[in-house]
Amino acid sequence: MPVANVEVSETPLVLYAVRRADDALILGHRLSEWCGHAPMMEEDMALSNIALDLIGQARELYTYAAKAEGGDNDEDKLAYLRDVRQYRNLLLVEQPNGDFAQTLVRQFFYSAFADLYWRAMMNSRDATLAAIGAKSEKESAYHLRHASEWIIRLGDGTEGSHVRAQGAIDHLWAFTGEMFAVDDGERALIHAGIAIDPGTLRGGWMTTLSDVVSEATLTLPQNDWMQQGGRSGRHSEHLGHLLSELQSMQRTFPGQTW
Amino acid sequence: MVTVPDRDSELRQRAWEAAASVVDPEIPVLTIADLGVLRDVIVDGDHVEVAITPTYSGCPAMNMIALEIEVALERAGFRHPKVRTVLSPAWTTDWMSEEGRRKLRAYGIAPPLASRSRRALFGEQAIVCPQCGSGNTELLSEFGSTSCKALWRCKACREPFDYFKCH
Repeated sequence: MPVANVEVSETPLVLYAVRRADDALILGHRLSEWCGHAPMMEEDMALSNIALDLIGQARELYTYAAKAEGGDNDEDKLAYLRDVRQYRNLLLVEQPNGDFAQTLVRQFFYSAFADLYWRAMMNSRDATLAAIGAKSEKESAYHLRHASEWIIRLGDGTEGSHVRAQGAIDHLWAFTGEMFAVDDGERALIHAGIAIDPGTLRGGWMTTLSDVVSEATLTLPQNDWMQQGGRSGRHSEHLGHLLSELQSMQRTFPGQTW
Repeated sequence: MVTVPDRDSELRQRAWEAAASVVDPEIPVLTIADLGVLRDVIVDGDHVEVAITPTYSGCPAMNMIALEIEVALERAGFRHPKVRTVLSPAWTTDWMSEEGRRKLRAYGIAPPLASRSRRALFGEQAIVCPQCGSGNTELLSEFGSTSCKALWRCKACREPFDYFKCH
């Protein structure tokens, strides 16, 4: 018997937490796909460790969202029993791993943003969100340093690694604009001092990107056309395939526990 | 403050000692008290509640630690103990006891530096080899065998070793 999707009553606060949780879960799952396949042992462990941090952050945010919702949902139901159109993550994080350069550029774009975001969220008026921010920023500092070092190594490495790194930057650039998009519900939470205004982070994010990318002898694209949709549930075809793997156990054996 | 050595404070002491005896399943020389993971023990009549704080968001050892606290408290005579997770203030390796640092080193893991070294982007850290004591060491990977460790190598004795990274 097929398992029904759960309904989520998306108040602005629930939606706010679910969006950040979805970013962390989907990117964490993507990184976990490297487990056993990374180009070297140290990277296999690094990417799996980062995946674990991200999935841990997602758990805290889902738990918070479920509590804010006040119904029967919990972290597991939100992760395993929503379909593609109910997911609210950035298009960036669902993009396939591609080659190692593409994985690390995706990681770099996200980490440079998340690191600023969690640090800003430490000042949220909501005590739980502030605590999640304080917990996560310690982890994102490591994630950003790891990704930055790889961008420099790949860009300023061999001709082949340079071409791949530049290709990944050019390919993924159009997915970065969504990080700074805000809808009306979120705007109200920002005014209330609960949510973070991502617009205030753009300058810092660009500085990190410019510094690292120029040291890597790479360049950032000039085009500013940006692809959006993930925040409102309009995803690329990749997310459905990812979810079919992520959710297969709960969909096949409903309610299964360890 | 008035200190009353009543039944509750004795019970609390017993509960604290039971909880504090639980070790980290990944680094069994460290207790959760050494790690600074054990935050509070509240005894109210026959109810006991232990507050712990997670180290890393996704650390799988936390579930195991919570379970072992319950077992330790039941063994100490407390019925239906509760374990609560507190997120704030966020755990930091600065809470690790001196005793904990000494035990880590003896176990072959370099103890964490002060957490203010954490934000140095591309910064060099001076980690002392726990095997031979040399400062001539190099970082192999910032991510090691568990969330809390990085992988280093000593250039003097040539031994690889784990470093408990600052957080």
